[in-house]
Amino acid sequence: MPGFLIKAERDQRVKERISAAFAEKVTAIEQERDLLCIHVKKEALHDLLRTLKEELGFHFLTTCCGMHFPDEAQDFGLVYHLHDMRAGHRIRVKCRTTANDLEFKTATDLWPTANWMEREAWDFFGIRFKGHPNLKRILNMEDFPAFPLRKDYPLEDPTRQDKDDRFFGR
Amino acid sequence: MSQQPPTDFWAKDLVEGRDLRELTTLNLGPTHPATHGIFQNVLTLDGEIILDAQQTIGYIHRAFEKLAERRPFYQITTLTDRMNYCSAPINNMGWHMTVEKLLNIELPKRVQYMRVIVMELARIADHIICNTIIGQDVGATTPFLYVYQWREKIYEVYEEICGARLTTNMGRIGGWERNWSDAAWAKIKAIVKDLPAGLKEFDNMLLRNRIFMDRTIGCGPISGERALAYGFTGPNLRAAGVDYDVRVADPYSSYDEFDFIIPVGTNGDTYDRFTVRQEEMRQSLSIIRQAMEKLDKMSDKTTFRGEVPEWVLPPKEEVYSAMEPLIWHFKIVMGETDVPVGEVYHCVEGGNGELGFYLVSDGGRAPFRLHLRRPCYIYYQAFPEMIKGSMLSDAIITMSSMNVIAGELDA
Repeated sequence: MPGFLIKAERDQRVKERISAAFAEKVTAIEQERDLLCIHVKKEALHDLLRTLKEELGFHFLTTCCGMHFPDEAQDFGLVYHLHDMRAGHRIRVKCRTTANDLEFKTATDLWPTANWMEREAWDFFGIRFKGHPNLKRILNMEDFPAFPLRKDYPLEDPTRQDKDDRFFGR
Repeated sequence: MSQQPPTDFWAKDLVEGRDLRELTTLNLGPTHPATHGIFQNVLTLDGEIILDAQQTIGYIHRAFEKLAERRPFYQITTLTDRMNYCSAPINNMGWHMTVEKLLNIELPKRVQYMRVIVMELARIADHIICNTIIGQDVGATTPFLYVYQWREKIYEVYEEICGARLTTNMGRIGGWERNWSDAAWAKIKAIVKDLPAGLKEFDNMLLRNRIFMDRTIGCGPISGERALAYGFTGPNLRAAGVDYDVRVADPYSSYDEFDFIIPVGTNGDTYDRFTVRQEEMRQSLSIIRQAMEKLDKMSDKTTFRGEVPEWVLPPKEEVYSAMEPLIWHFKIVMGETDVPVGEVYHCVEGGNGELGFYLVSDGGRAPFRLHLRRPCYIYYQAFPEMIKGSMLSDAIITMSSMNVIAGELDA
């Protein structure tokens, strides 16, 4: 994709290309502030990342992180930020799943750097990655009994009465 | 020493199907004076040639992402200090700008230029630490002792601005906590005037030093392509020949108004990483000089924050004497200010790469989720590939030239 296009045009081209190639597998493409965000179904995630990388020039994986939404039906998710450095174009990809279906296809075949990002998602959210070369905990100890970034993991002593979600505006 | 052995040198030495090599397993770390932080590498060695490395990290993991979910926005600044503590002000400013992006706050130019000055000072301090330590690890102690005085002078500027030196907690969401004192400006001016001579001295000691060049050229190389695949950013990526710099690619805080060069290397080896940082320090100085000129031209010498009373604490004397500041003070401390629902990704050029903040807000007092893109966490995973086939002593300087900071690695 030529680099001289302005951002709105680049977004438009990504939108057209992705909605043509993935049809109903992409549930939504929306503008979130300054970034175009693609919501994709789990089974098409890897294909979408491959298309974005190989056809649309998003050659750089900036981040991949897990998410947990305890109050929603699809309570787990992954968020990728991709970057096309030549055009100065960033994009966000989101994929949601449920707690009993927590296995994604690894992106390490596309980007070696996904290795530790996915290990981090496993370590903190318990999201597994099929085909990952070395899916072990990375920052927490091996026998840590929980996935600490899940919302149900208490940050502080759960018996405390003076610090709960009410004090944080929820 | 840095000369790479022929490619089949470390291949299996098979005689009648038996491997005759005597392999050694060596623990480099967790606490080792040459790793400058707590990392463990279990190395498999054939003699002194490294065949394999298994990394273990997480020794100082402090769960910043979890802690951030129960802290008001202004209290998260102190967490960012402790990531790359060699350039804490860049982390602080990056976090403030992330929240400002979420809140749609545009700050006055004067505040932005002040931020630029302090971020570039932090970059110089960061690069001084990294480059002098490369010297230290190859046995040249002198630069470490000579050049460190400039880092000390930069820390004195931090002290004048915010009172702290290492973990600065500098600035506020929406501007600065107070205007900078005359002493701070005088110290910055002194640095801008005298540091070029200091950098020249540093160059004289190492840049064309035959021993240093022999030791570092070709040591721990990585190609631009592999570096991108491994998510390299910052000086390490530029040393591999890719001219990506967040300050130019996604300008923040008015960086688009400054004129500077992005130095790039060719081989991506230790020497290139060293030289790229050397040149970046000069470019940072030039940026500071330009920012000072822009500030001098401004008639306004007093603005130090944006018009966002709901985010910047009012002066204490006003809180005690006037109604409105009292209300704002109460609302800020109690976290009663409304935050829009939304998601932002903001990145700044940190001391060692693209430092990104992915902030998801559900309208609460604290972030719903904060993901920190720590550059050295992402590129440190290339370390085994970079040192395979090299000598043990090369692994040490490869690591120090990658500028891996334990606090950022483990967050």
